[in-house]
Amino acid sequence: MISGYLYVSPFFIIFFCVGFFPILFSLYLAFQQWNGLSPMEFVGLDNFKIVLTDSLFWKSVYNTIVMGLLGTAPQLIVGIILAFLLNQVFLRFKQFYRVTIFMPYITSMVAVALVFSVLFSNQDSSMANYILGLFGLDPINWATSEWGTKIAISLMVFWRWIGYNTIIYLAGLQSIPRDLYEAATIDGASKFQQLRYITMPLLKPFILLTVFFSTVGALQLFSEPTVFLGQSAFTRSEAMTIVMYLYRDAFRLQSFGTASATAVILVIFIAVLAAINLYLTSGIGRKKKRGAGK
Amino acid sequence: MKEVGSKKFSFSKILMYGFLTLASLLSLFPFYWMFVMATRPSAAYNSIPPTLTPGNMLVENFQKVLQQIDFFGAMWNSLILCVVVTIVVLLISSLAGFAFAKFKFPGKNILFIAILLTMIIPPQLGLIPQYFLIAKAGLLDTLQGVMILSFLNPLGIFLMRQYISGSISDELIEAAKLDGASNFKIYWKIVLPIILPAFATLGIIVFTSVWGEFLWQFTVLRDPEMYTIQVALASLNNTFKVDYGMLMSGVFWATIPLVIIFLLFNKLFIASITEGAVKS
Repeated sequence: MISGYLYVSPFFIIFFCVGFFPILFSLYLAFQQWNGLSPMEFVGLDNFKIVLTDSLFWKSVYNTIVMGLLGTAPQLIVGIILAFLLNQVFLRFKQFYRVTIFMPYITSMVAVALVFSVLFSNQDSSMANYILGLFGLDPINWATSEWGTKIAISLMVFWRWIGYNTIIYLAGLQSIPRDLYEAATIDGASKFQQLRYITMPLLKPFILLTVFFSTVGALQLFSEPTVFLGQSAFTRSEAMTIVMYLYRDAFRLQSFGTASATAVILVIFIAVLAAINLYLTSGIGRKKKRGAGK
Repeated sequence: MKEVGSKKFSFSKILMYGFLTLASLLSLFPFYWMFVMATRPSAAYNSIPPTLTPGNMLVENFQKVLQQIDFFGAMWNSLILCVVVTIVVLLISSLAGFAFAKFKFPGKNILFIAILLTMIIPPQLGLIPQYFLIAKAGLLDTLQGVMILSFLNPLGIFLMRQYISGSISDELIEAAKLDGASNFKIYWKIVLPIILPAFATLGIIVFTSVWGEFLWQFTVLRDPEMYTIQVALASLNNTFKVDYGMLMSGVFWATIPLVIIFLLFNKLFIASITEGAVKS
């Protein structure tokens, strides 16, 4: 019995020191004014007021949501299509396709952001602008314009994660027993009906998993824009995310109170979105079950 | 699907291979292009149409990288960081997973749920106090300061518990106990050898996530001598006029070891993702 507690204790000891205590302290710090040096001063809800009335904060919320949607939503569709194709029995070179499509995931976010910062630079001769030129389009300032930065960053998120999501969907498809399809074919169900009534419902848990990961990950976007923009990361607003706003308050402006307030707000955002996620998805599940009962 | 397979050159078949080939090419292109840029002078970047064949500056560009950052030192720091964290996480997770799977003690379920709940806390919430805590402990600009947070890996404990309850029977443990083996001896002599395959997948998950982590490393490591490869690479882009050939050379040489390891063990990498996903 003692060894039970002993064996699980390392996690709790470390968590208590470097996890639990800092979280409590963050909550405390959110109500203090502090520059890291002079004594803290209790300011009530002022930090929250400052953050919530700062237009740059709302800009960062907007940026985070836009890049989150652009970077992750298309992955859902493309990922499912790729997984569906990779799951075809007669497909040749299956291993080759699987490995190459997954390969971007092993690169670090810093490496991806640096490669994309060169592919998508402001110059007319950058690869991205050259390709736009082939289609007769004007060059875009990828590093400084409102939509240029967002599209470049969303594309790098897409490029790095699409293989990961595809592999998860593929695992989902492979978990569906083949005789279900055979039985459906014998019963005269069309390919579309099979997709609608067998594939999608059974794939749902896997889709929910990726949607949940993507939502939480998108709200925490930091490395990609920071490295992509380099020197101007904390001075320009086009691609500033919530976590970058937090980081800037804390480690560039030494305003640790407002930064902690931002952290608390971010957590509330994540909790609310996760709850909405769960609510919507459980609702869909109920409807489907009722439909299937009839 | 079967209808498609029966015909040799059907339209949908061409569409399918076309789509998959395009996806593969788009996935590979940035790797290839990074290599091309790493072998060219920065001026190659101004040519229209863009250069797509390798040049002869592979060594020269890398020498420029070495003038900017301590490349091998940073790679070594990252390697040490990842190896230590991976070993510690494997030990903590397997011990705790063993206890949760095979022991009976009051509060076991509550403790397990508490561990799972820590998974949903976003790491940014504790960032600022963690920074001051590390500073107070004198661990800024040290790898220990970076490591300590990564030791917390609730997913690892979860996966180990699942694996141990699924692969080791209670009878085996009871038999060992009757033979007078201590709990730790059972863990060391019986459990560890059986769960080695799970160590491989969890090890890959931990190693790659620590290797690529940026926010915390960027926060704790300010002294260029202590940079990990991620922080060092990011610092290459932090000047006003960046030498693209040099920049891509740094990224290329930092990425190539990973690519080789991945190509050798790709099945294990892909299994580590699906196992983590399917179990949770």
